[in-house]
Amino acid sequence: MSEDMSRRCFLKSGLLVLAVAITPGALVLMNVSPGAAAPATPFRPHAFVELDADGSVTVWVGQTDLGQGTHTGMAMIIADEMDADWNRVRVRTALAAEPFKDPEWGMQATGGSTSIRHRWDMLRKAGAAARLMLVQAAARQWGVDPAACTTAAGQVRHPDGRSLGYGELAARAAALRVPADPLLKNPADYAVIGTLRRRLDMEDKVQGRTAFGFDFRVPGMCTAVLAHPPRFGARPLSVDADAARQVRGVLDVIPVGDAVAVCAESTWSALQGRDALKINWSEGSHPNLNDEAVNAELLAKLDGPAAVAEDAGNAAEALFAAATVVESVYAVPYVAHAQLEPTNCTAHVEKDRCRIWAPTQGQTAAQDEGVRLCGLPPEKVEVMTTPCGGGFGRRGEIEVVTEAVTLSKALRRPVKVVWTRGDEFAHDVFRPASICRIRGGLDGDGSLVAWSHRLVASSIMSRLWPSAVQNGLDPTSVEGVEGMPYSVPNRRIEYAIPDLPIPVGWLRSVGNSYNCFTVESFVDELAHAAGKDPVEFRLGLMEKDSRSHRTLSLLAEKAGWGGPVPAGRGRGVAVTQCFGSSVAQMAEVSVDGRTGVITVHRVVCAVDCGPAVYPDAIVAQMEGGVVMGLSIALHERVKFAKGGVATSGFSQYRLLGMKEAPAVEVFIAESRHPVGGIGEPGLPPIAPAVANAVFAVTGVRLRELPFSRDALKTAVA
Amino acid sequence: MISLKVNGTVHEVDADPGTPLLWVLRDNLGLTSVKYGCGEGMCGVCTVLVDGRAERSCVTTVESVQGSEILTIEGLPADHPVKAAWTELQVPQCGYCQTGMMLQAVDVLTARPDLPDGEMAAAMDSVACRCGSHPRVIPAMRQAAGKMKEEKP
Ligand code: FES
Ligand code: FES
Repeated sequence: MSEDMSRRCFLKSGLLVLAVAITPGALVLMNVSPGAAAPATPFRPHAFVELDADGSVTVWVGQTDLGQGTHTGMAMIIADEMDADWNRVRVRTALAAEPFKDPEWGMQATGGSTSIRHRWDMLRKAGAAARLMLVQAAARQWGVDPAACTTAAGQVRHPDGRSLGYGELAARAAALRVPADPLLKNPADYAVIGTLRRRLDMEDKVQGRTAFGFDFRVPGMCTAVLAHPPRFGARPLSVDADAARQVRGVLDVIPVGDAVAVCAESTWSALQGRDALKINWSEGSHPNLNDEAVNAELLAKLDGPAAVAEDAGNAAEALFAAATVVESVYAVPYVAHAQLEPTNCTAHVEKDRCRIWAPTQGQTAAQDEGVRLCGLPPEKVEVMTTPCGGGFGRRGEIEVVTEAVTLSKALRRPVKVVWTRGDEFAHDVFRPASICRIRGGLDGDGSLVAWSHRLVASSIMSRLWPSAVQNGLDPTSVEGVEGMPYSVPNRRIEYAIPDLPIPVGWLRSVGNSYNCFTVESFVDELAHAAGKDPVEFRLGLMEKDSRSHRTLSLLAEKAGWGGPVPAGRGRGVAVTQCFGSSVAQMAEVSVDGRTGVITVHRVVCAVDCGPAVYPDAIVAQMEGGVVMGLSIALHERVKFAKGGVATSGFSQYRLLGMKEAPAVEVFIAESRHPVGGIGEPGLPPIAPAVANAVFAVTGVRLRELPFSRDALKTAVA
Repeated sequence: MISLKVNGTVHEVDADPGTPLLWVLRDNLGLTSVKYGCGEGMCGVCTVLVDGRAERSCVTTVESVQGSEILTIEGLPADHPVKAAWTELQVPQCGYCQTGMMLQAVDVLTARPDLPDGEMAAAMDSVACRCGSHPRVIPAMRQAAGKMKEEKP
C-alpha cells in the first residue's frame, strides 16, 4: 500500500531518494536523500525513486493504474536506465502531490493515454541519474575512474571484476549531486524495456488481495448510499425518511446537493435505507426528453449553423465538379462507461485535515474539491489513489468526492460513499451520441478529391473546460475526422452542438470512438464506389511510408489480406491514428441470415506505438480495446425516457460475452516514432472493421451503432 | 445469529437471514475479494463457490447457505492451477472481475474439464469483464485444465 512519502523520506537514512520537481518550462531532478543538500526550490517533493540500503528499489508513482499495466511499465523504464535488479523493484502509489503533475498538463490526472508518453524522458532520466550517482559512489570508494565501471542487475562492477551492490552504495550515493543530464541508454542496450515481465500487481490481483476503493475501510467509517435525482434537473421537493431511519443499522439521512444520502453501519443497511426513502422529486428540466426527442434534436442540427473545424481547398466546388459523389448519414448512440467497480470515495474530514481515498483518475481535481469544501490549504488535503476496477475516463469526475467530503464534514467521521449499478447508469457522463452526414467526391479515375463532413455531438469541453471551446468548436468532438490519416485536397469539417441536457464525458478514445467508425466506414464506401480494394484505396490516400501507411501495410501482410477468405466470411479493415500511436485492424466475420447475428471469427491488429515499453501490456490493451469496441458496436445503447435515463442495469445494457469474443492477433511494429499511448487507440478501428467486413460478405452497409440484427436479417434474407 | 462456513472456518454472524451473502462476506467478515458489480445477478463479479458450485453471492441469502461450504478466492490454494494459469498468462487487467471469473472457471473445469472451446466460453459467458480480458480466459482455462488433470489422474 501507499504511504506519505514526505514523512518517510526524512525519517530514514542510508537511502538514496530522487525526486522530480516541475518548474515552469523544465523538469528538475533532485536528490532528497536524508542528509543531502536541501533542494533549491520551494517544493517539498515526494520521491520518485528510492533505493534502500538493502538494495530494494521503490518507484513511487502518481499515475492511476486502471488495469493498463502503467505502474509496471513506469517501473520498467526507471529500472532499465538504472540497471536495477528487476526482482528487487516494487511500485507504490504516492499521495497526490506537485511532482506527480503531468509535465505537459500541469495537473495530476490519468487520461489521454499519456502516463508514459508524457513521462518517457523524465522516467529515463530519473533512472539514469540514480545509476550514475551509484557509479560515482563506487568509483570514489575504489579510487578508479567512473567511466571504467559498468553496471548490471543492481551492481556496480570494478574493471578488475570486483562489484558492489546498489544497496551498499545507497548512503554514499545519497550524498552526491544529481547529474542534470545523465547519459541515457542506447535502446539496443535495454534489458528490461521491451521484455516480458510479470506485472507487479498480478499476484495481488490473482490472490484477491487488491483492495479497490470499493473495498477500502478505515476505523470508525460508515457507508453512505445516495438517492440521486431520477430526471435531469430534478430536485427533491419533500423527503419522508421515517421508514429509512427505521432500517436496522441506518445512522442518518442527510441531503447532499440535489441528492439524499442514507448513512449506515453497513452497505446493506444503507441500501435498504435508500429503498425505504419516500422522495417527491420535481419534474426536472426536460420532462419530455426521450429517445425520439434526442434523435430529433441531433437530426435537426445536421442542417443550420455550425462551427468550422477544418476548411482546406474548396470542398463544395470540388464536390460539384466530381465525377461521382457518395453521401451517407451515420448515427451512434450514447454509451456508458460501465466500469465494473462502481464509483466510490471515502473521506475523513477533521479540523485541520481532509483525507480522500478514491479510485480516481483526477487527483488534482479531487484535491481542489477538498480545498473548496473544507477551506483548507492544498497540503492539508491528502488524496490517496486506490486501485481502480476499470475507469475508461469515468473516474476523472469528482461528484462522488463532493458527496463523501460533504458527508464526512456533516457526520464528523469517515464516510465511504458507494454508488450502485443503477446510479452508475443513471448518472454517468456518457460517450456522446452523434449523427453525421458525409459527402465524398471521386474524380474520373476514382481518386478522392473532396470530403465534406458535418457532425453533431454534445461537447465534453463545454461542461469541463468551457474556455477550450472557441467559436462553438470543441476539438475533442471532431478528433478522428480532423487528423484522419488521408490526404484529401478539398476538405470541410463542420460541427454543431445539440441542445440536450445529457452530460457527456471522456470514454476511452473519446471522439475517435465514434468518428473512426464513420470515417473508416465511409472510406470503405468510397473504395467500393471507386471499384478499388479497400486496403489499396487507403494506402493510395496516405503519404507513402508514413506511420499509418506502414501500420496498414503491416496489417495487410500479417492478416494475409488479398489471400483466400473462408467460405461464407468477409473481411474488413480500419485504421486510426490517435494518442500518438497508429493502429490498424482487420476483422473476419460471418452473418447468420436467419438471426442477423454477426460472428467475429478473427481479429488481426497492427500497432505502432513508438518504443514498445511493455509489450504484453500493449497486447492486453489492444485485446481490451477490441473487446470493448466490439461490445459497443454490437450491443451498447443507453436509453432515455421521461426526462431521464431509462437504462437501469446490465439487464438492459449487455456487455460483450465470453462466447462472442474473438481471438485477437496483435503485431507490434518496429517503430521509428516517439513513444505513443496504448490505452485508447485499440478501440476505434474494430467497429468499422466489422461493418466493412459485414459489407464484404453481405453487401449490406451498416451505418448505425449498435449494429441492428433486424436490419441485417431483412437485408440478407 | 447465522452460522456460515467460509474457507473452512465457521463464523457466527449477526445478520438478518435475508441479507445477501455478498454483504455479509464483505462487511461482516472482511472478505472483500468478493466484489459488488450489480447486485442483481447480472455481472458475476460476486461469484463464490457454494459446495463447489459457482453462485452469485449478491442474490443468495445467508440463510440459504447455512450448513454449506462457501469458498472465496482466499480459500482457493495459492498455487491452484487456475491461479497459476491466470498469473502466467496475465489474464487480469484491472482485476475487479477476476476473482469471480476464476471461481466460475474452477467450477466449470471441475465439472466439465473437457468442454470444447466454444462451450467453455459459453459456460463463462455470465461473468462480465469491462477491461476486455476475454481473449486470455479460455487459453488460461485450457492450461489450468491440463494441470488439474495431471494432479488428479
Ligand atoms: S454483483 Fe452479483 S452478479 Fe453482479
Ligand atoms: S479485468 Fe477489469 S473488469 Fe475484468
